[in-house]
Amino acid sequence: MKITFSQAINKALTEEMIRNKNLVCFGLGINDNLKFFGTTKGLNEKFGSDRVFETPTSENAMTGIGIGMSLNNNPCVMMHQRLDFFLLAMDQLVNSAAKWHYMFGGKKNVPITIRLVVGKGWGQGPTHSQSLQSWFAHIPGLKIVMPALPSDAYNLLKHSIRDPNPVIFIEHRWLHGVEQDVSKVKETKKINNSHLVSKGEDLTVVTYSLSTIEMLSIKKFLNKNNIFFDLINLNSIKPLDLSLLERSLKKTTKLLILDSISHPICSIGSEILSQLYRNKNVKLSKPPVLLTLPDVPTPTSVFYTKDFYIKKIDIIKKINSLLGKNIKYNIIEKNLHDVPDLQFKGPF
Amino acid sequence: MKKNISIKIYELQKKIRCVEEKIANNYKKNKMRCPTHLSIGQEAVATASGLALKTKDIAISYHRSHAHFLSKGGDPKKIFAELHGFEEGCSKGIGGSMHLIDLKNNFYGSTAIVSNSIPIGVGLAYSLKLAKKKNLVCIYIGDAAIEEGVFFESINFSILKKLPVVFICENNFFSVYTHLKDRQPPKRKIYKLAQAMGAISHKLKQDNPFKLFEKLENIFNKVRKNQKTHFIEIETCRYLEHCGTDDDSKLGYRSLKEFAKWKKKDPLIFSKNYLIKNKLMNQNKIEILDRNITNKINEDFIYLKNLKKPQFKSINKLVYK
Repeated sequence: MKITFSQAINKALTEEMIRNKNLVCFGLGINDNLKFFGTTKGLNEKFGSDRVFETPTSENAMTGIGIGMSLNNNPCVMMHQRLDFFLLAMDQLVNSAAKWHYMFGGKKNVPITIRLVVGKGWGQGPTHSQSLQSWFAHIPGLKIVMPALPSDAYNLLKHSIRDPNPVIFIEHRWLHGVEQDVSKVKETKKINNSHLVSKGEDLTVVTYSLSTIEMLSIKKFLNKNNIFFDLINLNSIKPLDLSLLERSLKKTTKLLILDSISHPICSIGSEILSQLYRNKNVKLSKPPVLLTLPDVPTPTSVFYTKDFYIKKIDIIKKINSLLGKNIKYNIIEKNLHDVPDLQFKGPF
Repeated sequence: MKKNISIKIYELQKKIRCVEEKIANNYKKNKMRCPTHLSIGQEAVATASGLALKTKDIAISYHRSHAHFLSKGGDPKKIFAELHGFEEGCSKGIGGSMHLIDLKNNFYGSTAIVSNSIPIGVGLAYSLKLAKKKNLVCIYIGDAAIEEGVFFESINFSILKKLPVVFICENNFFSVYTHLKDRQPPKRKIYKLAQAMGAISHKLKQDNPFKLFEKLENIFNKVRKNQKTHFIEIETCRYLEHCGTDDDSKLGYRSLKEFAKWKKKDPLIFSKNYLIKNKLMNQNKIEILDRNITNKINEDFIYLKNLKKPQFKSINKLVYK
């Protein structure tokens, strides 16, 4: 039996609401017909409108209100259907949530989890598609997690909710339909900040969130062409744990960072490179490759996005150059470039 | 009004002024190295509201918060140590004058960005409601706070959810050096704006702190019972500069005539005369009380001499719990 990414989130939320009677969930659309991409199904009915509620369209105040609640014994999960709207709440995130524990001498902590959904394709355009993990990672006091598989989403969300600190939980819209065997989605005592998704000797690929799925989608093709790689999925962006990566690079000495939902400047990819450059244990046999979106806002038109987003062929070209190979990508894409699957008809 | 509470109203105002003057008189020694906003002239509002609040009621405040911290029961030593950057300060010297906290008395914190603490206060009130507690949250704000969007977002939610929140707006007419008339339309009253949002709104005066106390106590009792959002505007006057310890009235940004009027009706002097006139205390006893307060504040300040310099290393671990 299979479980989707959004069902895994729903399962985690439901279980945590049962586990902690003081936990509160809120966000615009949490109780509407679409149930926040299916992730909040049944919550309102099970736990009532005091603990699961719709909010005014007031991102900044609602973040502060969540902080206030979490200071007073009500941990919160706050959710936004697009990350871009959350930009209105930077004062509360940066000046309050991130600093409260520190600036009041450790007197009170802020156990709040903020779910942010990142859009892609179907014309999401400049202000519905930003994935700003690099911004958040710059702020001391925040933690940032970005799941790729349903099992990651399930465990990361549970651990975020139980974390005594503010955690930003970034989920890519295109992951909501990703399926995994239901037996894989079970609670683990600890979460690994990074884990090995696939094993190989030729090169090391670092991914997180959607880019992990992108890489998995060409795994078979690459293996068929006799290319085997270590795929390291980062669950946690902050703290960033590169120990697994360091070990893998000793073996492969070749690195591709697929940071495909981010712009290049001050990206997580460039942070990884900076840390590796300063690490005397890491010796690469080829200059590392960082693949990101261009330093350009997302366009809306499908004619533009075709060349804006990173496609499988772009990844394969980079692997070719890293390995000195010339494999041809000859698989015809079943999907259009701007939808996760053919059933996806937007609008968001 | 009972004799006991009348004396407390005078005593607390005097104590707050003493603390603030102690800071002002020592600030030039350059040992309190943080931006400091003094409440001298505004003590009556903090005193009357602080005494009308119960310990279990929550208060939250903004950058000019020494008076609110003290009137909720806070220890002057904790402010002095905080301003001097010692670990014994209420926020271990990490927050400074603009980030005070005293959880023992349910003073949940004061923050520096204008209006930043408003939604946090509303969230605290939501928690009180969830826990079915019959207490309230008092959110202190200034007149500029209502120029921020988050004020409207927060009061909207508070009214929508029928939360036990009392906004106390200390209107001292200035945002730093910029007068209210340059920031808000002249005929529109702040308390009316809150009323239009749906709050039960009041405009009160600080001139007679005894009357102010009675009115606030009455409102607070109602809020604890009816769980509705109230808004109270009180006009006031800060005697010293916005940030710092000098009298800056010579800079010409405010009317000296207006300023003199405020000083003439100083609530602390009014309170002293009120006690004498109503035979609650005689001149002699007041002088003894004053001396005791001053001596205690001096002692609290001297205690700093024994404190050790804290190390940066010791606070690194406080970024996360």
